[in-house]
Amino acid sequence: MTAATFRGYRRPDGRVGVRNHVAVLPTSVAASQVAERVASAAGAWARACPHQMGTRQPDAAREQTARVLAGVGKNPNAGAALVVELGTEDLDADALADEIAGTVAAVETLSVRAAGGTRAAVEAGVALARDLNDEIADQRRETADAGELVLGVECGGSDATSGIAANPAVGAAADRLVAAGGTVAISETPEFIGAEHLLAERCADDETRERLLHAVAARESAAALMGVDMRGAQPSPGNQDGGLTTIEEKSLGAIAKGGTTPVRDVVEYGERLPDGSGLVVMDSTGYDVESVVGKVAGGAQVVAFTTGRGSTTGNPLAPVLKVTSNPRTADRMADNLDLDASTVLDGEAVDAVGERCYESLLAVADGEPTAAERHGLREFAVTEVQPVELAAQDAGEGRAAGVGE
Amino acid sequence: MKGAVHEAAALVLAEEDTVATALDDLAAGRTVPLSGDAAVTLSEPVEFGHKFALAAHDAGDPVRKYGEVIGRATAAIEPGEWVHTHNLESARGRGDLAGGSGGETRESPTEGGSS
Repeated sequence: MTAATFRGYRRPDGRVGVRNHVAVLPTSVAASQVAERVASAAGAWARACPHQMGTRQPDAAREQTARVLAGVGKNPNAGAALVVELGTEDLDADALADEIAGTVAAVETLSVRAAGGTRAAVEAGVALARDLNDEIADQRRETADAGELVLGVECGGSDATSGIAANPAVGAAADRLVAAGGTVAISETPEFIGAEHLLAERCADDETRERLLHAVAARESAAALMGVDMRGAQPSPGNQDGGLTTIEEKSLGAIAKGGTTPVRDVVEYGERLPDGSGLVVMDSTGYDVESVVGKVAGGAQVVAFTTGRGSTTGNPLAPVLKVTSNPRTADRMADNLDLDASTVLDGEAVDAVGERCYESLLAVADGEPTAAERHGLREFAVTEVQPVELAAQDAGEGRAAGVGE
Repeated sequence: MKGAVHEAAALVLAEEDTVATALDDLAAGRTVPLSGDAAVTLSEPVEFGHKFALAAHDAGDPVRKYGEVIGRATAAIEPGEWVHTHNLESARGRGDLAGGSGGETRESPTEGGSS
């Protein structure tokens, strides 16, 4: 295999974006509508990241929100960023902008209160966004090594075919990227339950193994802490209709999308994914929108997303490549899908589909739009640290979370 | 694809598996040949993607797919029976058995939102 390349936008910190967006980042729910209006009025290149986090959050929750928003602003798919606040948030817009400033070409802040209300803030925001875009719009794509890519792998609306075909096919693409020197991030920790021993065997060292097993145990004990039986939610009713009976069964299929290479590191939700570091686990919930956002905050420029029953999830900044291996879904949901891996069920080799998937990812990195991009699907949500987790942290029990659907 | 496909109807992912995955909607009475001279006859219909038993299980027995334990039988299961939530349960994430208190399961922000 010759050295694979793609053409992207090289940023001041050396990382390479596959899109050239202006990120519009509200610091709270109170600024989210203005952020959306600014982005939709400014142009297709402006991408709002509206969310539901309050103006005041407990420290641990606010730190997570700030980490995710900063990470999203620093994602190389954003050439510039506009931070929007109402003006009452504990989360400091200027500090957030300062943190982002080192990695994007330009960053600005906007306060709805200081601007004089909604109408004035939208007008001022559109002007700021256009100025930011003027600074980056003439940047040209340049050739970059495939190893400069960070790929997030995700699954949503899984069924029995996911673990048999689509996830192994994405895993084969992930293995190719790791071989090329790139980074692959797998998350959704609740969906390691029952399969963590297999991931643990692949951890590069004892410390990584311990952190992985601790993260899984914390997610499982969160269910115990809340007195909740995960069976009602994991697998979800849709997963169950698709033939998945237990979380163990779902997990054994889910981990296949990470490929077969050693697990090099375990990072927190939204934490920076080390470049060129092979397969990395990000500790997240099983909610797919939040999980994708966490990996984009970590620096993933592209996401490969498998679905059995037909998910439509996209992201404001990162192209999300949709892969299914359910032939009925491939037919019915073709409008929302990028790659049909159901040929594996008919006998096509997983590795051959993995190669097609890898080539599709490189084409998307070059600028080819995904189905989610064509439809303008840009879901965004940040995982809020839950009160029960804060209580567990206070009690010194470590980080719990994420009884996913 | 890992495992062995039989008559484009059933996938057995690992030799030690005690269940197979239906690769089509299979009718009751269908006989699916397996490796060697073995075969299993379905005692009830099994939908695409769902599982049927290859071996007899007593209640409490581990059920294997991918060569791994995916849970335990909650009732006796004969070869050819559909295996799903009515006769197989998870052994993991069982906060209901751990006697925890407080809190609620979060609603998912999106329909079909989990992987």
